[in-house]
Amino acid sequence: MTSLNVLIAVCMAYVALLFGVAFAAERAGVRGRADWLLRSPLVYTLSLSIYCTAWTFYGAVGNAARSGLEYVTIYLGPSLVIIGWWWILRRLVRIGRSHKVTSVADLISSRYGKSNTLAIVVTIMAVIGVTPYIALQLQSVALSLSIFSSAETGGVPDPETSRAGGLWIAIGLALFTVLFGTRNLNANERHHGVVIAVAVEAVVKLIALLAVGVFVVWGVAGGLSATMARIDASALGTWQTDGSRWATLTLLSATAFLCLPRMFQVMVVENDDERHLQVASWAFPLYLMLMSLFVVPIAVIGLEVLPAGSNPDFFVLSLPLSEGREGLAMLSFLGGFSSATSMVIVATLALSTMVSNHVVMPVFLYLRQGGATQSGDVRDVVILSRRLSILGIIGLGYIYFQASGGSGALAAIGLISFAGVAQFLPAMLGGLFWRGATRVGALAGLAIGFSVWMFTMLLPSFGPGVVFSAETFASGLWGIGWLNPQALFGIAGLDPTVHAVFWSLSLNVLGFAVFSLISFPLPLERLQGAQFVNVFDHSGQARGWHASFAESEDLLIMAQRILGAEEARHLFETQTRAQGMPGHLPEPTPDFLQRLERELAGSVGAATAHAMIGQIVGGTAVSVQDLMAVADESAQMLEYSSQLEAKSRELSRTAGELRRANEKLTQISLQKDAFLSQISHELRTPMTSIRAFSEILRDTDGLRPLEKTKYASIINTEAIRLTRLLDDLLDLSVLENGQVTLNRQSGNLGDLLDQAIATAQASEAREITIHRRRLDETITLNTDLDRLAQVFINLITNAQKYCASETPELRIEAARHGETVVIDFRDNGNGIPDEAREMMFEKFSRIGAQDSNGAGLGLAICREIMVRLGGDVSYLDDSGGTAFRVMMPQTLALAAQ
Amino acid sequence: MSHHLLLVEDETNIIEAIRFLLSREGWEVDTHSNGTDAAEVIRDLKPDIVILDVMLPGKNGFDILEELRAHEQTADLPVLMLTARGQSRDREMAEKAGVSRFMTKPFSNTEVLNAVRDMLCLHRQQS
Repeated sequence: MTSLNVLIAVCMAYVALLFGVAFAAERAGVRGRADWLLRSPLVYTLSLSIYCTAWTFYGAVGNAARSGLEYVTIYLGPSLVIIGWWWILRRLVRIGRSHKVTSVADLISSRYGKSNTLAIVVTIMAVIGVTPYIALQLQSVALSLSIFSSAETGGVPDPETSRAGGLWIAIGLALFTVLFGTRNLNANERHHGVVIAVAVEAVVKLIALLAVGVFVVWGVAGGLSATMARIDASALGTWQTDGSRWATLTLLSATAFLCLPRMFQVMVVENDDERHLQVASWAFPLYLMLMSLFVVPIAVIGLEVLPAGSNPDFFVLSLPLSEGREGLAMLSFLGGFSSATSMVIVATLALSTMVSNHVVMPVFLYLRQGGATQSGDVRDVVILSRRLSILGIIGLGYIYFQASGGSGALAAIGLISFAGVAQFLPAMLGGLFWRGATRVGALAGLAIGFSVWMFTMLLPSFGPGVVFSAETFASGLWGIGWLNPQALFGIAGLDPTVHAVFWSLSLNVLGFAVFSLISFPLPLERLQGAQFVNVFDHSGQARGWHASFAESEDLLIMAQRILGAEEARHLFETQTRAQGMPGHLPEPTPDFLQRLERELAGSVGAATAHAMIGQIVGGTAVSVQDLMAVADESAQMLEYSSQLEAKSRELSRTAGELRRANEKLTQISLQKDAFLSQISHELRTPMTSIRAFSEILRDTDGLRPLEKTKYASIINTEAIRLTRLLDDLLDLSVLENGQVTLNRQSGNLGDLLDQAIATAQASEAREITIHRRRLDETITLNTDLDRLAQVFINLITNAQKYCASETPELRIEAARHGETVVIDFRDNGNGIPDEAREMMFEKFSRIGAQDSNGAGLGLAICREIMVRLGGDVSYLDDSGGTAFRVMMPQTLALAAQ
Repeated sequence: MSHHLLLVEDETNIIEAIRFLLSREGWEVDTHSNGTDAAEVIRDLKPDIVILDVMLPGKNGFDILEELRAHEQTADLPVLMLTARGQSRDREMAEKAGVSRFMTKPFSNTEVLNAVRDMLCLHRQQS
C-alpha cells in the first residue's frame, strides 16, 4: 500500500502545485503582470488541449487495442477543423468577442433574438450531453486508482476502491473548480488561473504519454525496428474499420471540437487575441500528433505482454506497473489525472456559467420581481448559483458514473457525449452563415435532434433493463417496430453510433431548415442575424458609447433614417431648446429617449423602436451599422408601402374610369338600339308611302289624272327623302373613317351664312327670326366652305325645328381672335337638359324621346366636320336657350390632313 | 251599315294613303296625329276600330294602347297597330299591351284591308 499512499501524496502535491500556479496566474492577471505568458498563443494552444481528456489519454490505446486504427478519427476531426475550417473558428471568436458571449448557450440564444427559451434548452442539453463525459473522467481516474491498488495487492481491481475513489475525486474537482472558477463574477472575463493550470496539465499529460511511449518502444519492445516488427505481426493493423463509421466518427469529433461547451470556453471565451488562432492552427494539430504517436505501439505491446483480460483502456498505466516501473506509472497516472481534471474543471466552469446565467438567474429575477435588487445582492446570488451549479454538474457526472456501472469502454461513453453536443452544430453554423435561420427553426432542430439522440444513444447506453427493457431493444418502443432505438424507421444493420448520429443530425438539420423557412424572425432576431452573418463586414472592435454626445449623434442619425431628415432635425432641435442648450443635439435624458421611442414606434413599431433605442443607449450587442441597415430596410418598406398606396389609388381611379367608360358604352349601346329603331323608322316611313301609293296607282281603276299626278309626286318626294337619309349616313360614315377629301376655298363668312340660312329656310317650313351683325361677319375664310355651310345649315335647321319659343329667334354672332374664328348660334328656346348634353354629339342621339323627325345624325355630322376642319363645335350653357359655338382656324392647314 | 274608323298617325302621306284605301270601302275615317291626347280622343269619338302608329309625337303607341286597355270603355276595342321600327321586340311589347293586330310598315294595302275587315267581323260577332 505504500506506493498507493505515495501516489495519493504525489497527487496532493500535484494538485497543490496546480493551485499555486493558478493562484499566481490569477494575481498576475489582476495586476497586469506576466502578460507575455498569460496572453501568449502557446498558452492558448495548450489550453485547447483539454480536448484530450482521459478518453484520449487512456481510451485511445484501448480503442486501438479493440478496434485498430479507428482511434485516429478522434484526432483527425479537430485537426481538420483547425487547419481547414479556421475561418469558422475566426468567425466564432470574432462574434464571441464583439458580443461578449459567455457560452455556447449564450451564442445560440443571442443569435436568435436573445431568446431565453433557446438558452435554457441549450443549457439543459449541454448538461445532459456532457454528463456522460464527466462520468468518463471520474471513471478513468477511479479505475486508474484501483489498478494501482490492485497491482499493489496483486489481485483484481477492487470495485469498492474505485467507487470510493470516484467520490473523492469528484469532491476534489468540485472544490478546485469552485475556488478558481467562481472568483470572478463576470463570466466573460478570462479565468487566467484556470487556463494556466490547464496549460500546465496539458504539458504534464503530453510528457507522461510520451514517456510511457518511449519506455514501451525502447524499454519493453527493444527498439524502434523491433516495435515495428511487432506491430506488423499484430492483427491490429489489419482490422478494418467500416467506412461509414470512420466518416461518422471524424465528423463527430470535428463537430464536438466546435460545440463542446468546454472547447467553446477555452477557444472563444478565454481567447485574448484572434491571432492566437494562427499559431493554434499548426501547433494544436502538432500536439495531437504527438499525443497519438505512441498509441499503436502501446496497444500492440500491451496486448502482447499483459495477461489476457487486462483492461486495454489502462495499458498506459498497467504496462509500466507490470514492468515494475512505479515512477513512470506514477507519471502516467498524473498524466491521466491531468487529462481528467482539466476537462472536468473547464467543462464544469462552462456549464455552471450557462446554468447560472440562463436558468438560475432568470428564475431568481422573476421571483424577486418588484423588490429592489441591490447589486451586492445579485452578486452574491450569482456566485452562489454558480457554485451550486458546479456541485450539481459534477454530482450528475458522479451519478451517471455509478448508474452506468463504471465499466463501459471510455471511447463509447465519449462518443455519446460527442453526439449529444453535436446537435448544437446546425443551429450554431446555420446562425453564423444563414440570415434566414430563425429561433423557431433552431428550437425545432435542437429539440428533434436531441430527442433522437436521447432515444437512440443516451438511454440505450445504460443497457437493457435500466431505462429501456430488453423487448424495447428487440422489437421497438411499446412494441412499435420502427421505434427500435437501434434501428429507427426499420433501418437495421447500421453500427449503433453511425445510426444514432445519422438520424439525430439529419432530422435536426431538416427540422432546423424547414422551421426556419416557414417561420418569420422577430425584429431583434433580424438585427442579431445580420450582425452574426455579416460579422466581418463591420464588427471591427466592440463599440462602447461612453460619451453621451456621441449617443445623441447616433440617435439623430438613426432617427433621420426612420423619420426623415426634416422631422428628425425638428424633433431634436425642439428638445435641445427645451433643455436650454445650444446646437441641435440634446442630452439623451430619459424623457427625451421615451419621446424619441414613441416617435420611432410610429414608424417601425414599438418593439423595434424599443430595441433600437435600447441597443444604442445600452450600447453592446448591436453595432450602429446594423441599426442603420434595419433603418434603411424599414425606410424601404415605408417607400414600398407608399408605392402600394399610390398603386391602389391608381387602381381605384382606373376602376372609376372603367366604370364610367362602361356606363358610356352601355348608353351608346342603348342608343344604338334606339338608332336602329329610329333608322328603321326613317327608312320605312318613306317606303310605306311609296309602296302604298304605288299599289294604289296599280290596283285602283278610274283614278282621276289629278290624283294620279299627286300620288306619283308623293312617291317621288319620299324617294328623295330616302336618298337624303342614306346620303347622311354615308356622309357620317366617311367622315368618321377619315376618308373625306376636304376642298379648301376662300370665301367670306357673311356670304356663307347668307347661303346657309337660305337653304335652311327653304328646307324647313317653320319660320325663325334671325339676328346677325353683318359687320362682324366680314372675315375671309380659307377652308372647306361647303362642309362649313353644312354645319351652319344643320345648326340653323335644328333651331327652326326644336326652338320651343312661341316666337323663335336665332342670334348669330361671329368673332375673330387672332387666327381663330368663333361663331355662336343662340336661340331663345329652353336649352338642352343637362342629362342630354353629354351624349348630344354622339351619333344616333336624339334629344327628347321620339317627338322629332331627325335621325339624330345632324350634330354628330357637325362635330365630325368641325374636327376635320381643325376646330370644334360645342354646347354653350351660358344662356337660357340652346347655344352652339363653332370654332375653327381661319385657314385650314391641309398638311394636317 | 257604315263603320267608323280612327287612324292615329303623324305622317301626312301615310294618312292620305290609308284614308284613300278605307274610304273606298265606304267606311267613315277620322284621323288624329298627336300621341299626347290620343286615348282621350278615342274615348270621345268611340270608333269601331283604331289604327295606331307607334312613333307618335308626345306619347308612343304602346303607352296609348295600355291606356286604352286600362279603361273600361275601350278595354275590348279592336286596335290595329302599325310600326316602322321593325324590331321583333316591338311585336312582343304590342301583344303584351293587348294589341288586336300588328303590322310592320311598309304594309301591303290588301293586307291592311283584310285585317280591318276581319276585325270588323269579329267585333260584330262579339257585340
